[in-house]
Amino acid sequence: MRKRFFPLIIFTGLVGLLAIGLTLNPRVVPSPLIDKPAPLFSLPQVHNAAAVIGSEQMKGKVVLLNVWASWCVSCRLEHEQFVKLATSGEVPVYGLNYKDRREDAVRWLEFYGNPYVVSALDADGRVGIDFGVYGVPETFVIDGEGIIRYKHIGPIDETTLGKKIMPLVRELKGRRL
Amino acid sequence: MRWIWFAVLLTFTCATFGADSPLVFNSAEKETRFTKLMTELRCLVCQNQSLEDSNAPLAQDLRNQAYTMMRDGASDDDIMDYMVDRYGDFVRYRPAFRPVTFLLWLGPLLLLLIAAAVAWRWLGAQQVAEAVELSEADDARARRLLDGKAPRKEKHRK
Amino acid sequence: MIAELGHFALIVALALSGAQAFFTLAGAVVGNQSWMNVGRTTARGQAAFLSIALAALAYSFIINDFSVAYVAQNSNSALPLHYRISAVWGAHEGSMLLWGWILSLWTLAVTVFSRGLPAQLLARVLGVMGLVSLGFLAFILATSNPFSRLDPPMTEGRDLNPLLQDPGLIFHPPLLYLGYVGFAVGFAFAIAALLGGRLDAAWARWSRPWTLAAWSFLTLGIALGSFWAYYELGWGGWWFWDPVENASFMPWLAATALIHSSAVTEKRGVLKGWTVLLAITVFALSLLGTFLVRSGVLTSVHAFATDPSRGVFILGLLVAVIGGSLLLYAWRAATISRASALFAPISREGFILVNNLLLFVAMATVLLGTLYPLAVDALGYGKLSVGPPYFNTVFIPLMLAVALIMGAGAIARWKNDSASRIGGRLRMAAVATVVVAVAVIAVTRDATGIRAALAVSLALWIVSSTITAMNVRLRPLSALAPSLAQMPAAQWGMVIAHIGFAVALVGIALSSLYSTETHRRMVPGDRVLVAGYAFAFTELREVDGPNYRATEAVFEVAAHGKQVAVLRAQKRIYSASNMPMTEAGIDGAFTRDLYVSLGEPLEGSAWSVRLYVKPYIRWIWLGAMLIAAGGFVAAFDRRYRLLARRNIAAHPTTQRQAMAGR
Repeated sequence: MRKRFFPLIIFTGLVGLLAIGLTLNPRVVPSPLIDKPAPLFSLPQVHNAAAVIGSEQMKGKVVLLNVWASWCVSCRLEHEQFVKLATSGEVPVYGLNYKDRREDAVRWLEFYGNPYVVSALDADGRVGIDFGVYGVPETFVIDGEGIIRYKHIGPIDETTLGKKIMPLVRELKGRRL
Repeated sequence: MRWIWFAVLLTFTCATFGADSPLVFNSAEKETRFTKLMTELRCLVCQNQSLEDSNAPLAQDLRNQAYTMMRDGASDDDIMDYMVDRYGDFVRYRPAFRPVTFLLWLGPLLLLLIAAAVAWRWLGAQQVAEAVELSEADDARARRLLDGKAPRKEKHRK
Repeated sequence: MIAELGHFALIVALALSGAQAFFTLAGAVVGNQSWMNVGRTTARGQAAFLSIALAALAYSFIINDFSVAYVAQNSNSALPLHYRISAVWGAHEGSMLLWGWILSLWTLAVTVFSRGLPAQLLARVLGVMGLVSLGFLAFILATSNPFSRLDPPMTEGRDLNPLLQDPGLIFHPPLLYLGYVGFAVGFAFAIAALLGGRLDAAWARWSRPWTLAAWSFLTLGIALGSFWAYYELGWGGWWFWDPVENASFMPWLAATALIHSSAVTEKRGVLKGWTVLLAITVFALSLLGTFLVRSGVLTSVHAFATDPSRGVFILGLLVAVIGGSLLLYAWRAATISRASALFAPISREGFILVNNLLLFVAMATVLLGTLYPLAVDALGYGKLSVGPPYFNTVFIPLMLAVALIMGAGAIARWKNDSASRIGGRLRMAAVATVVVAVAVIAVTRDATGIRAALAVSLALWIVSSTITAMNVRLRPLSALAPSLAQMPAAQWGMVIAHIGFAVALVGIALSSLYSTETHRRMVPGDRVLVAGYAFAFTELREVDGPNYRATEAVFEVAAHGKQVAVLRAQKRIYSASNMPMTEAGIDGAFTRDLYVSLGEPLEGSAWSVRLYVKPYIRWIWLGAMLIAAGGFVAAFDRRYRLLARRNIAAHPTTQRQAMAGR
C-alpha cells in the first residue's frame, strides 16, 4: 500500500465515523441496569401516606415503571399514552413520583388522569438515583422476576410504545408460561 | 426530533440552574479530597460540567450522597463504584483502563513511537550533502538554467 | 426590505464565488491571463456583497426588526446596542455569515498582498478560495439563511442568551474565525502548488506569512475564549477540554507545527511534502471544528442548536474539500521532488522535525480523546466519557517535551550541528534551570513542589536559551542596541512567541497547582480565610442594570491586615428571559486573582458563596498574547515584503513564463 494514500484512507475512516455519529444521540445515557435486578425499594404511596409500595409488590408480573413529576412538562406529552395503556389493561403501570410534593402530585393526577396502579412518592430522589434516573420522564420495563429489561429516556410516543415496549412486554409475558 | 428540543432546553437551563448548597467539611484536606473526586465525575444533566461545577438539582443530590458516603468512611473508589453502578461508565471523566479503552490510553504512546520510528528512518536515510564550490563556468551555467527553463522533475518510486 | 437586500447580496456573492473558482482555475490550466485576472475582480465583488449582507443583518438587529426570524430568536429591544450588533454572530446562521464574510476579506487580502506572485499561482490560490467560499455560501443559502422572515412577526425578541451579553462576544468569534478561515489561505497555497506541480522554498516563503497571521489570530481567539469562560462562568475554570474547545485547539496545534515546518521548507527546501500535507490538515481541522460545533454529533455547551441535516451538508463539504485535496496529494505526491539539501539529525531542521512530531502527536491525541466516545458508541460498545483527567494526563508530558527541545532548537545551526556545541552554548541556561529547580524543590518540600519546579525551571530554560540564541553582543555594551536592531523580524517573532509560551507555562502550572478554593454559606458580616486572604462579606444590596435586576454581594479582602481589594459578585435576573446569571467579582493582579462568585440564595440573607485565590493565572493569557504578538511580528518580516518587490524587479518574465507553461 502506497504511503501517499495513508492520509486519504485515515480521512475516509474519520468521515465514516462522523457519518454514523450523525445518526446517534450523544446525550442519551444508556442504563447499566439492563438485565440486572431492579433496585429494592419501599416508599410511601402518593395517594395513601400510610401504605407502602415497593419492589416486592411489583414482583410476579411484567410491569412498567414510569418516573414522572408534576413539575415535568414533557410528562404531559406522554401521559395520554399511559392512560390509554391503563384502560387496555395489558400491562400494569406503576408510577415513581420523583422529587415532588404529595399535594402537587395528587392534583396533577386528578387533572390529567391516573393510569398508575400505585404511585410511589420518592420525595428526595434517592430511589431515583438507585434506578439511575437523570431526567424526567423515564420508563422501565421490569419482568416478573424483578429484572430490568428496558429503559426508555424521555417521553414515550405511540411509535415507541408500539414498536419497542409492547412487543417486549408480550415477549416477557410469554416467557413465563 | 423531540430530543433536540430537549437538548436546546437543557443548554439554556444549565446556565440557570441554582442547586449550589455548600457542604461543610471539618478539615481542608477533606474538602480538597471531596472537590477533587467531584471533578472526576460527570454531571448527567449538564453533561459538559463535572459534579463539582454543575448546579443541576441531580448534581446537588449526588454531591450530597457522596458527602454522606465519605462521612461514613467510604473510599474514593467506593463512591466512584456507587456512581458507575447506577449511571454507567459515562459518569467517569477518566475512562477506566479496560479492553475497550486500551486504544485510548495507549494511543498517544503508540502514536509517538510510530512517529518517532518514521522520523528516525527518514533521518537515518539522509546524508549530509557535501558543500560544493561551483566553478565560475558551472555557476554561469546554473544561472542560465534557472532563468531559461523550469527544472526537470525527478520521479521517485516509493 | 433590508433583509431581502441582504439575502440578494448573499446570492450575488455566491454567483461571484462560482465565477471566481471557474475562471481562475480554468484560466490557469489553459494559460488565459484575462480569465485569471477575473479572480481579482470577483474577490473584490465578494467582499463588497458579503459586507452588504452582514450590514443588512446588523441593521435588522439595530432597528429591532423582529420579522426576521434570526433577529427574533437572538435579540430583544431592551438589549444594549453593542450587544444587539454582536448578536449578529451569536447563533448559527449569523456566525456562518461572519465566516463567509471573513473568508471574503482574506481573499481580498490575498489579491492586495500578492504583487510578486506568479500569475498562475495567484490564480489557483484565488480559485481554491473561491471553491471554499462557494461551498460555504451554498451551505448558508440552502440550510442556514439568516434572512428568513417570520410571518406573523414577533412583537418582541427572545433575547440573547445572557451568557453571551458580554464584551467577549464582540471579539471572541471574529478573532477565532479570522484564525480558522485564515488557514484557508495556506490551504489554497498548498493546493495551488500541488495543481501547478511546483513546490519549492519560494512557495513556502509566499504562504508562510499568511499562516503566521491566521495562527496569531487564532491564538488570540482561543485565549480570549478561555479568559471569557474564566470570568463569566463563575467557577474559575479556564479550559475544560470541551469538544468545541478541542475543535479550536487542534488546528492551533497543527498550525504551530506548520509554521515551524514551513520555516524549514522556506530556508532549506526540505520537508516539502510534509508541509503541504500539514497545510491541508490544518484547514481540514478547521472544517472539522465547524462540523463538530454545528452538527450535534458531540455534546458541548458551545454547540449551536442545530440539526443533523446541517451536519450532513457540512460533512459533504468536508468530503469534497478535504477528500479532494488528499486525493490530489496522493496523485501528485510523486511530483514533489526530493530535495538535495539534506540535514543531519542534530540540526535546526532536526529539532523542528521533533517539534513537529510532538505537536502532531499532541493534536492526534486531542482528536483521539474527543472522538473516542463517538467511536465507542458507533461500534455499539455503549457510552463512555473522556474528560479533563484523560487529556491532562496525556497532553501535559508532550508539552513538557516540547518545552525542553524549544531551548536547544533555537540555538541549533541549520543543516549540521553537534550536541557538544549546543551544549556548550547552553551551559549557562542549563545551570540556571537546574539551580532554580532545586531551589523550588528545597523550599516547597512536597510532591506539588516538584511539579512546580519542573514547570518553572522549564520556563526558565526556554527564556534563557531563547535569549542566548539571540546572539546579542554584550561586550562592548554599546554594541547591544545595534545587534538587537539588526535582528530580523522573524527572529524577534520567535523570541517573543517562545517567551510567551514560557510565561503561559508558568501561569498554567502555578495556578493549577496552587489555587485554593472554598465553598461556604455566608451571611453579611461573615469572614472567611482563604490562603492568607480574609474575605469579609460586608454588604448585600439590589442593583438595576439596563436589562436585568441583580443582587450584589460586596466583599472586602484583606491580607496582612490591610485591605487589598473590594469584590462585587452579582446574581442577575434578565428581564426578557427571566434567566438568572452569576457575575463573579474578580480582582486581577500580576501575581494572583481573587475571585468570588455567588451560588444560590439560602435561607434569610445567607448565600452560598465560592471563594478562590488563584496565583499567577493572568500569566496564562499574558503568555498567549505574547505568542500572538510574536506571530504578527514574524509575519511582517521585511523579507516577505521585500521579496515581492525583488521578484517583480528581477523576474519581469515571471508572468509570461507562468502563462506559457502548465
